Amino acid sequence: MMDKLTDNQIAWRAAQDIADGAYVNLGIGLPEKVAQYQPPGREAVFHTENGILNFGESPASGAEDWDLINAGKKAVTLKPGASFFHHADSFAMVRGGHLDVAILGAYEVAQNGDLANWSTGPKGVPAVGGAMDLVHGAKRVAVITGHVTRDGRPKLLERCTLPLTGVGCVTRVYTSLAVIDVADGRFVLREKLPALSIDALQAVTGARLLTPGPVADLICPEL
Amino acid sequence: MDKTVTNVAAAVADIPDGASVMIGGFGGAGSPIELIHALIDRFRATGHPTGLTVINNNAGNGHVGLAALIEAGMVRKLICSFPRSADPVVFTQAYQEGRIELELVPQGTLAERIRAGGAGIPAFYTPTSFGTDLAAGKPVELFEGRSYVRERWLKADFALVKAETADTHGNLTYRAASRNFGPLMCMAAAIAVVQARRVLPAGGIDPEQVVTPGIFVQRVVEVARPVQEEDLNRARATYPLEAE
Repeated sequence: MMDKLTDNQIAWRAAQDIADGAYVNLGIGLPEKVAQYQPPGREAVFHTENGILNFGESPASGAEDWDLINAGKKAVTLKPGASFFHHADSFAMVRGGHLDVAILGAYEVAQNGDLANWSTGPKGVPAVGGAMDLVHGAKRVAVITGHVTRDGRPKLLERCTLPLTGVGCVTRVYTSLAVIDVADGRFVLREKLPALSIDALQAVTGARLLTPGPVADLICPEL
Repeated sequence: MDKTVTNVAAAVADIPDGASVMIGGFGGAGSPIELIHALIDRFRATGHPTGLTVINNNAGNGHVGLAALIEAGMVRKLICSFPRSADPVVFTQAYQEGRIELELVPQGTLAERIRAGGAGIPAFYTPTSFGTDLAAGKPVELFEGRSYVRERWLKADFALVKAETADTHGNLTYRAASRNFGPLMCMAAAIAVVQARRVLPAGGIDPEQVVTPGIFVQRVVEVARPVQEEDLNRARATYPLEAE
């Protein structure tokens, strides 16, 4: 079993790239963890597409206000400077280029930036929510994900096999093993776990990793 | 001018079979539970309305509100973005048994289609869904080197919306994130029916604070202590409440 980052560590790494003052949307699930790891001295404003800017942590159990929820329908709180807005304005913020960063989960990412994260195929009830909107318009669309699926298959591929969420939309991928950019239709390796060789990383990646520049060590605190 | 009606039953009394009905809310926030339940009461008493097309972000949760409307067999078609929830059994069963039709729309596209319907814009182009299964069959056009999908407006015969404060002219404020689809659906429906926690005389809402101007609202009914879907579901409530 290869050493890998925990979900918290992947989220921590993604949080390091969020600038002070950035407007950020975090997808439901793993991406939500990114909010916990803002570096000291930086303040990002988090957007939830159901209509809040600058929401904060969950309230204590029993103190929930069910008119104050996030896109995952979890109760949240407000921070000073928060605002409410209707859905058309909320998605204008998304598609209109007003968000600095959107961080999403993934089933698959292709080397041209295609993302599949909404459907695992024709079985069951289809549900898309805001996934297809969130991949368009933010200045950076990043993915955080385990490097491989639970059963060990690569999630970074030459082409997605599952139904697409968006075409050519992902700009950076934070995985449990590496940080990888999407540039000119190829995966470019930026950081990897120090103990992991590039060959070993390539072996669990479904598309060629380019290394045109230095590859930094991916080092995270214990989380 | 006075748009108030006396009770929720009167507010929904003329919604006919086959009507299209926008229902506000995202999850339980903004869900007009009392108006939905009034519609179910009418159906239980009269057999009408049925064959409804419902537009909502979700497909109900548990056995109350929109889920109860579906469970009663009143909904022919649902237009929504995310028909899953903590307890989606009612919609899921109806869908899998072919008793309800689903039109799945990305959330932002759903919102913009409703806004467009209210704003008199029959179609618009959006980057959302380009290159995906949900864009199948839709016209695509290139603008400044990027591809965009043409989407159509969405209008409805009725909207059922929950507000915080209304005045007799139909001006509205909302509470927190319960605003979500309310302002859009009021615009897009021929008859927007609003339940509000408080209904004030004209002048009771500072014009600077009005979120939905009254021109978009046709009926207002006071529901002073609205129930919240999450509270009902935590109590495992079903609607109608079982007798005895």
